[in-house]
Amino acid sequence: MYHLHEKYEAVIGLEIHIQLLTNSKAYSNDLNEYGDDPNSNISAITLAHPGVLPRVNEKQLQYAILLGLACECDLREENQYARKNYFYADMPKGYQITQDQTPICTNGFVRLKDADGKEKKVILTRIHMEEDSGKSIHDQDPFNSLIDLNRAGTPLLEMVTEPDIRSSIEAYNFVTEVRKLVRYLEICDGNMEEGSMRCDANISVRERGAAEYGTKVEVKNMNSMRNVQRAIEYEIDRQIEAVENNEEIFHETRSFDAATGSTAGMRSKEDANDYRYFPEPDLLPVYLTQEKIAGVKEIMPPLPHELYNKYTQELKLSDYDAQILTDSKDVALYYEKMIALSSNYKICANWLMGEVKGYLNEKGLHISEFPISAERLVGLIQLIEEGKVSNSIAGQKVFPALLENTDKTAAQIADEQGLVQEDDSDALMGYIKAAIEAYPEKAADYKGGKKGLLGLFMGEVMKRSGGKADPKKTNALLREELEK
Amino acid sequence: MDFPKKLTAIQISIKTGEYTLPDLVNSYLNEIEKTSDLNIYLEVWKEEALEKATQIQEKINSGSAGELAGMVIGLKDNICYAGHKVSAASKILEGFESIYSSTVVERLLAADALFIGRLNCDEFAMGSSNEKSAYGPVKNPHDPACVPGGSSGGSAAAVAANTCLVSLGSDTGGSIRQPASFCGVFGMKPTYGTISRHGLIAYASSMDQIGPFANSVEDMSAVLSVMAGADDFDSTLSSNKLDLNANPKKHKIAYLQECFDAEGLDPEVKTAHLTKIEELKAAGHTVEAVSFPYLDQLVPCYNVLSNAEASSNLSRFDGMRYGYRSENAIDLETTYTKSRSEGFGTEVKRRIMLGTFVLSAGYYDAYYSKAQKVRRLIQDKTFEILSEFDFILTPTTPHTAFKIGSHGNDPVAMYLEDIFTVQANLAGVPGISIPLFTHSNGMPFGMQLIANKFEEGKLLQFAEELSE
Repeated sequence: MYHLHEKYEAVIGLEIHIQLLTNSKAYSNDLNEYGDDPNSNISAITLAHPGVLPRVNEKQLQYAILLGLACECDLREENQYARKNYFYADMPKGYQITQDQTPICTNGFVRLKDADGKEKKVILTRIHMEEDSGKSIHDQDPFNSLIDLNRAGTPLLEMVTEPDIRSSIEAYNFVTEVRKLVRYLEICDGNMEEGSMRCDANISVRERGAAEYGTKVEVKNMNSMRNVQRAIEYEIDRQIEAVENNEEIFHETRSFDAATGSTAGMRSKEDANDYRYFPEPDLLPVYLTQEKIAGVKEIMPPLPHELYNKYTQELKLSDYDAQILTDSKDVALYYEKMIALSSNYKICANWLMGEVKGYLNEKGLHISEFPISAERLVGLIQLIEEGKVSNSIAGQKVFPALLENTDKTAAQIADEQGLVQEDDSDALMGYIKAAIEAYPEKAADYKGGKKGLLGLFMGEVMKRSGGKADPKKTNALLREELEK
Repeated sequence: MDFPKKLTAIQISIKTGEYTLPDLVNSYLNEIEKTSDLNIYLEVWKEEALEKATQIQEKINSGSAGELAGMVIGLKDNICYAGHKVSAASKILEGFESIYSSTVVERLLAADALFIGRLNCDEFAMGSSNEKSAYGPVKNPHDPACVPGGSSGGSAAAVAANTCLVSLGSDTGGSIRQPASFCGVFGMKPTYGTISRHGLIAYASSMDQIGPFANSVEDMSAVLSVMAGADDFDSTLSSNKLDLNANPKKHKIAYLQECFDAEGLDPEVKTAHLTKIEELKAAGHTVEAVSFPYLDQLVPCYNVLSNAEASSNLSRFDGMRYGYRSENAIDLETTYTKSRSEGFGTEVKRRIMLGTFVLSAGYYDAYYSKAQKVRRLIQDKTFEILSEFDFILTPTTPHTAFKIGSHGNDPVAMYLEDIFTVQANLAGVPGISIPLFTHSNGMPFGMQLIANKFEEGKLLQFAEELSE
């Protein structure tokens, strides 16, 4: 296939459904809670009983503004709701309340790395507000389909990209960035396996340089980040092969099967529903005032790309370090606290990515559960900077003690356990002299040119000082003394 | 005993011990029984009404009763009341019981009003004769051979037959005012956004409004002031506070020339209104003819928009969660097709199909979009007239109540029944039918007044003045 990938280019657009972490549903007061007993969060409104009316959840609006601002979208002042009409067993009203002609956000973008690691912006056609359907369960009862309406009415944002994506890796990176973004904004948990973030892909292929797009195929049911990549990879290969064999590509919706890694036709686009969109008469248009937008700006958290740029450009960290530090908002915020207290950015980053991450990984903990506060960790780093403890003492003795004694500072621990390095030259000279006297022959050999023997004397001094001798100073004084 | 037809009089009589509220309720129950041939009530809540009457009587005795104590109300069968059946006069909701109460019911109960039963109407409020009920037609109390009008025919007939003091109806294109005219009672459609639609089974959401039927302006006013006002459950409600107080003054009134020139306007109906106009002038009011060039567009525009909304609003009746499910359904698709084909009546299905058509790809612009533009023109013209005049005056209906069955299978003739009333729905303004006239055929007919948004107070004051 390799040479064919040179000949062809994939054109991919993504649609991401983002389930919002609101307390209540989009158009009713019913709880929006994943994992509750089936059909427990359903009032007359969710059930679409005769005579009920929707009402707007302000949080959904706020979250739409947050995401729109984070993606640098244009925000629409007058927001109309629309009905999308179709029948399905898990759609109680027979229509979904959504936005049609007037999406709340247009023209934004998401930053990501392309397949070669270069910066790229994928343009967003729109982000609009809508509600989720319920769930149809077909595999638990041999004779019936089961319906759970807890999810019906869950607020969603749907993000639609331009066909800007050119490879499965780019698609993977896009979804990764969106997930990171919604987690930073704390509007969605980004869990694709549980369906709280869902991705559909529109894929076509064309010969490189061609002006026209090929026939596009929609792929659904990719319920993990990895499956997004696999499904797109498979679909690109399938389409290239079809074109090479002069076979027709049908305008259709295909479903990804994670077990086989392949896609299979679900329905032709010609059979698609006519959704008969029209303005929702039960909801008045919602107006985004400048005050409302300003209010949302105030609660905007730092965004991953802003922190990334700060770390690489201002703090001069490597791209790799900046990437790791900004992958998770909580890690980044921990780091932010550290660098507010210490200007030793690189050492702070090393400790966070080294000892701290190691500990968290080993214990299977999240950074929010980490027992050492940023203040206490910076306290330890300061002891090292001041030469009061060595790196190895810090890592082997003080760090474990900080984990155990959450009420003590690094300095207190070092003091109490007598771990503070001695920089008293007289005492140090005493150890050095004693060490040389203990090995007169080795001292003579050193003088004779066997410089490798320095390590032996270093060890001896350390042993005599109980490990508290400042290694740098010892090294210098020892050389001087041995040369005499 | 002869009971008065006004709440204030009833309240005085009960307080002075002339009779009790249970006596009054019993008298209504008697009338209901006597007029059962008219098919006004789909269900009478007899036991409950008597029990409630006793409770409210105690409150009256102890001086703790609400402002509507003594008011007995009939509910159109499309207004939800928790624990009570509601069917929109359709087979598809046969046996369905509401699990919640509409806001209007909640508010009226809180004011100690009492509900006596549920009233027949056209299925899903679609009709102008009450012949389209799945439970048989309602007959006009003035002449059982005639229709009471619709869709709130049962509500109009209930008040006219003295089976309750006040009734509630809903008006999407004239469904309160037209039957009020046919039955000789007051009927009012308030400003769109005045009264919560929460718990009103939707027909066309952008036009539906709940409103009262009564024998007096005073009682209409009392019931409106309790029902009106913001409600968390209906976000289309205006935050404007309804002011029902207005002082008498010399008004400026427009009558629509095209309405009086309309083909099919009964000459007696025309003469009665023109005579009234002269009386108004003589009384010092200014009355002028104005042109309203969109008379012929009113009904088509209303039909396209109301059917479009209805096609979507009625999708929830799908045989899945409640209501009628066909026994012939074997899978998801046939659950929909068979339950809906068997559960809905012909007129409802006609409107769902028309509504689906006008919203479908390829026809949307030609019908739905165009109708929305026409609606805007109608609104603009209406507001233009109302910026210059206090009221627009028209006959409520072109003629008196027609004979049951006389419109046969001609839906278009039936749709034209709404010709003078739909303007108020399309513009969202309040309209009232005032029972002023009796035809030489013995049937009553009303005069319609339309005012600007939230001018219910002015409208009611002038209606009172006219009917004195």
